[in-house]
Order: sequence, then structure tokens, then C-alpha cells
Amino acid sequence: MNKRNKVIFFLCRAYTAMTRFFLSHRIPIANGIQQECFTIRSMQRILLFFITIFITFSALAQKKISPGQTGILKVSFINTVNGVPLVLNDSVYSNPFGETYRISKLKYYISNLRAKNTGIAQKERNSYHLLNAADTTSTGFGFSLKPGNYSTLEFLLGVDSLRNCSGAQTGALDPMNDMFWTWNSGYVMFKLEGSSPASGQLNNRIEYHIGGYSGMNKVIKKVSLQSSFEIEAGKTTTLFIETDINKIWKGSNDISIARTPVCATTGPLARRIADNYSNMFSLKKVTVSKP
Amino acid sequence: MKKRVTLSLASLVILALFFMGTCDHGQPGPKKPKYINLSIPPGWPKPANDIFVNNKLSEEGFQLGRKLFYDGRLSKDGNFPCASCHQQFAAFSTYDHDFSHGFNNAFTARNAPALFNLAWVPLLHWDGGINHIEVQPLAPITNPREMAENIDSVLKKIKKDTAYRRMFKAAFGDNIINSQRMLKALAQFTGSIISSNSKYDKVQRGEAGFTQTEQNGYNLFKVKCAGCHKEPLFTDNSFRNNGLPVNIYINDFGRMKITGDPGDSLKFKVPSLRNVAITGPYMHDGRMYSLGQVIDHYRTGIQTDQSTLDSLLKKKLPMSNPEKTSLMYFLYTLTDSTLTHDRRFAQQ
Repeated sequence: MNKRNKVIFFLCRAYTAMTRFFLSHRIPIANGIQQECFTIRSMQRILLFFITIFITFSALAQKKISPGQTGILKVSFINTVNGVPLVLNDSVYSNPFGETYRISKLKYYISNLRAKNTGIAQKERNSYHLLNAADTTSTGFGFSLKPGNYSTLEFLLGVDSLRNCSGAQTGALDPMNDMFWTWNSGYVMFKLEGSSPASGQLNNRIEYHIGGYSGMNKVIKKVSLQSSFEIEAGKTTTLFIETDINKIWKGSNDISIARTPVCATTGPLARRIADNYSNMFSLKKVTVSKP
Repeated sequence: MKKRVTLSLASLVILALFFMGTCDHGQPGPKKPKYINLSIPPGWPKPANDIFVNNKLSEEGFQLGRKLFYDGRLSKDGNFPCASCHQQFAAFSTYDHDFSHGFNNAFTARNAPALFNLAWVPLLHWDGGINHIEVQPLAPITNPREMAENIDSVLKKIKKDTAYRRMFKAAFGDNIINSQRMLKALAQFTGSIISSNSKYDKVQRGEAGFTQTEQNGYNLFKVKCAGCHKEPLFTDNSFRNNGLPVNIYINDFGRMKITGDPGDSLKFKVPSLRNVAITGPYMHDGRMYSLGQVIDHYRTGIQTDQSTLDSLLKKKLPMSNPEKTSLMYFLYTLTDSTLTHDRRFAQQ
């Protein structure tokens, strides 16, 4: 619910309560039974009622946000491998160790999105997105913010610690999205599945479920992309971010499929993989359009 | 001038609409759930984490949670509601079973813990793997050896039931049925189960008195057991290795599986001793069927060569036979028949 809807919702509830209070009182209609009704005795309250109408309507008018006051920042992720857009199942890729692989599933959480400049930071509220390579509608999203010049886009790759231990969630964080560990509470932040001839696992499977939100096991990565972009009132600025999945194998750590085809628990291997993929994002393009 | 006239006319219309609204007695607005407070027994600490701060406890939510708790539809074949392993007459543990039965004749991997005073338990399960009461049901529901279902399918089944549609609306204000609401309702029920009316509690409140043997047992308890089984909850919720030999059939190393820390090897949750007489068999794998066996383990059976053995158990807990008997008599005073007979917690 956005701010304006909230205000209207609150006012509607206030109205209901006030009409009942001002315009009716309980009268006995039978032994022990009362009924709410409007009578002449309520007339003196009408004046008060008018005043409340006036106050609330003027409040509503003030709260009205004109669309010209904000702009929209849209972030669009493009999953690639070595600069080529990712194709699930069919394409064969090769990692820096010469191991070939296919990807059948790729899902990851992007959360706590914010645009920053010196002195200002505009956050997306309730900012949790599950990106799923199999669902093109999931890879782009936006939020409205104050117009101005920004220098940095920041987000978490993963779900912040707090939401990992705050009980049942909904929306992107619904456990039905198959990104929540039931035996060791916490979100799978990044999930990649597929196959590779280099894997000695059943059906040459490769499976990387990367999670862990606290202490030594923490794999939540803060990503900060530097780029100057402008948010204009009434316009949509889109940042295209390229995700190079091939970064997962080589970065500060070497992850070869032959040695570690599977990672399905928290721990040092998950951390090493997360260290690598935290560098997979790069900002490619900024476009501005009217909504 | 014309504008003013239209304005006042408009406000009259609005007013008239309101009058109609207030005089329409046949249509009461959506009823609010009846919010209730978890009553904390006098002298108890505050719950470690307020489980109802983001899940406002209501009578309707509690009733919905109770219905879900006793509903076999939460399992794949309909035979395994939560209550199949958590039986009220056994303080919501599985009576007389080391491992409980699950889907397709499977056995669970651990002994089903008793459910009460969960508002004071920060981490659930024997290994503390569950970090919030609301997400706990996901584990047994989806475990192929327990309820073997998936949440999507559970929701489909219960959405078909008009009683559920009515109850979700009563508890949450509208018809939406989703995993979050289902889990919150379950937490309202299980989190409300409080055990605080055993003979021990009555003695603490001055409503009853211990026999001499029970008193002797209590004195001994305070010296030998209270280091881990801290009053009034009879657990400190820590994870400790109590020196059991490893069960070679399940190879369960407990908390280490969750933390990945070798220092947590063979550590399991210290269970509450409330209702201990009716929650056997004992230990994470239910290997001991009597309290006598349990006490004997602490007297003589502790494996002192284990590196992660709890420091309080390094010298075992030597105890004479009469001391053992009086300790058992004290432990019997922790049975709370109010809990096992409370209609509010029973299937309706």
C-alpha cells in the first residue's frame, strides 16, 4: 500500500467511527436489547460532524501527492554468461577451468534497494525481489523517489538478516517460492541448478543453494554500483544491470565443478561462492523515458 | 455563488449517505478479531522474544490455529496432522514412541518434543535449527518422513473448506488464505499452550506442600540438575552434550549440523523437565524409556571422553539410590494435568 492509499484508508475508517459516534446512540428496543439509531437528540452533534468533514477533506487535499513531485527509478537485470544473455537448459557454457555446463534454474534475491548521493538516500519500501531467470517479468522492478542527481545504486544480494528470523513472510519472501530452508531456518539467497559433465553427481547434476544470514555463515552481499544518473519528476529512469553468472567460478576463490558440484548448506564453501558472485553485477546503460 | 450552492448540495448528499449508512442496521461491518493477551504466570521471566508482537494474538486466530493443528489435510495422505506426533495427553509429545510415525510407514529422525511454554523458547528443534515459531511447521509439513506435503497443496486443500474461509476471515479480517496467515495462526495456537499448574507450581504459590521425599528430591534437584534445567521453565534453552554414546543408526551430531562448528558436535537442546513423567521416551532419539534409566545415565553412563561434553557433567552426577528415588518423586510433581485436560487445547 502506498502512502496515499494508507491516508485514504485511515480516513475512511475514521469516518465510519465518527458517523457512528456523532450521529447515533443506543436506544432500548426490547428488554435487554439495544439498537443504534439516529434521533433528534443527536442533532447537536451534527455541527461537530460538519467540522470533522471539513478538517478531513482539507487534510486529504494537502496529502494529495501530485505525480510531478516524484520520478521513478526502474532497475532491470539482464542475466548473462560471458556477455551473452542466459538461455536456460539449451545453451552450453564454459567456465574459466574449461568445464562445460548448462543452467536449468537461476533464482536470487535482490533486496533493500536504494539510490544515493552525498546527503541523500532514497530507499524502496518493503524492498524484496525474487529474480527468476525463467520468469522475465521478475527481473525488472521500480520505485518512486525524489527527483535529483544520484551517484550510487545500492542493494543487497540476498535477504537481510532481520527478515531471515522474523517469522512467516509473504510476497517475494513466501516460503512457497522454494527459497526457504525448513530444517535450518533462513533464505536461500542464490540458487543455481543445472548439469555438467565435470560433475560426478547423479545425472551430472550441479546444484548451488547459497544461504546463511548470521555470524560465520553470512553470505548476504552488499552491492554498490557507481554511476551518475538523474531522476526527473514524472519520468522513469531505467538502469540496466548485467549479471555475469560466469563470475561464480572464479574471483577471489576458485570454484571448480569437478571439486564442488554441489553446495546445499551454509558454511565456508557457500561463503567462498558468494564472495565470487558478489562481483557479477555491472551497470550497462541508463535510459530515461516518460511514464 | 453557483459553486457554493453545488458544494453545499454535494455535502448534503454525502451527509444523507452517511445517515443511510448509520441507520442500516441489517448490515454490521466486518467484525474485528477479539484480541487477547498471553497471560504470563506470576514470577516467570518475560518471554525472550515476543512471538505475538507481529502476530497479534486473538481468540479467532487461536481457534483457527487449533483447527489446523488437528487437521490431517496438512499432510500428504491425510493421516498425519501435527497432533499425530504431538498428543495432548502426553503434554504434546508422542506417547511411548522413541521415533514417531510419518508418511508411508517412515519413522521420524528424532524424538518428538513436547509442546508447551514455547513463547520462552528462542530456537526450536533439538538442534535449534528453527529460528522462529512461525516457520517451524514448514519443517514437519514438508519432511518426506513426516507429513510429506508441500505448502501449495495444503493451501489448495484448505481453501476448498468453507469453514476455513470463514475462520481466516474472522481471524485476519478478509478471505485471503496464504502461507503466512496459516503459519501465524498455527503459532497463535502452539504459542498459547502454557504449562504452569503442576504440583510444583502449586507449592510455589503456597497452595500445596511437598511430601518429605519430594522436598528431598527438590533439594537434590537444585544442586544436581538446575544448572541446565533452570526454574521456573526447567530449561535454560542452551545446547549441550550430555555424554550419550553416538547412535550409530542415525549418526546425529545435533547442533553442529546447524552451525557447522565442530565445537557444537553432539550438542542438543536442554529440554524442559516440566511434564517429564509423561513425555518419555527420553533424549533426542528416545533411547531411554524410563526416568530411572535417565538418572542412571547421569549417575554412571556419561561418556567422559567426548571432547564437547558439558563442563557440568565432567565428573558425572553421583547419587545414592534413595537420592535417585526422591529425585524421581520430585520430577513427578512437574506433571501438569491442567494442561493435559484443558479443553481449549483439545480437538473441537
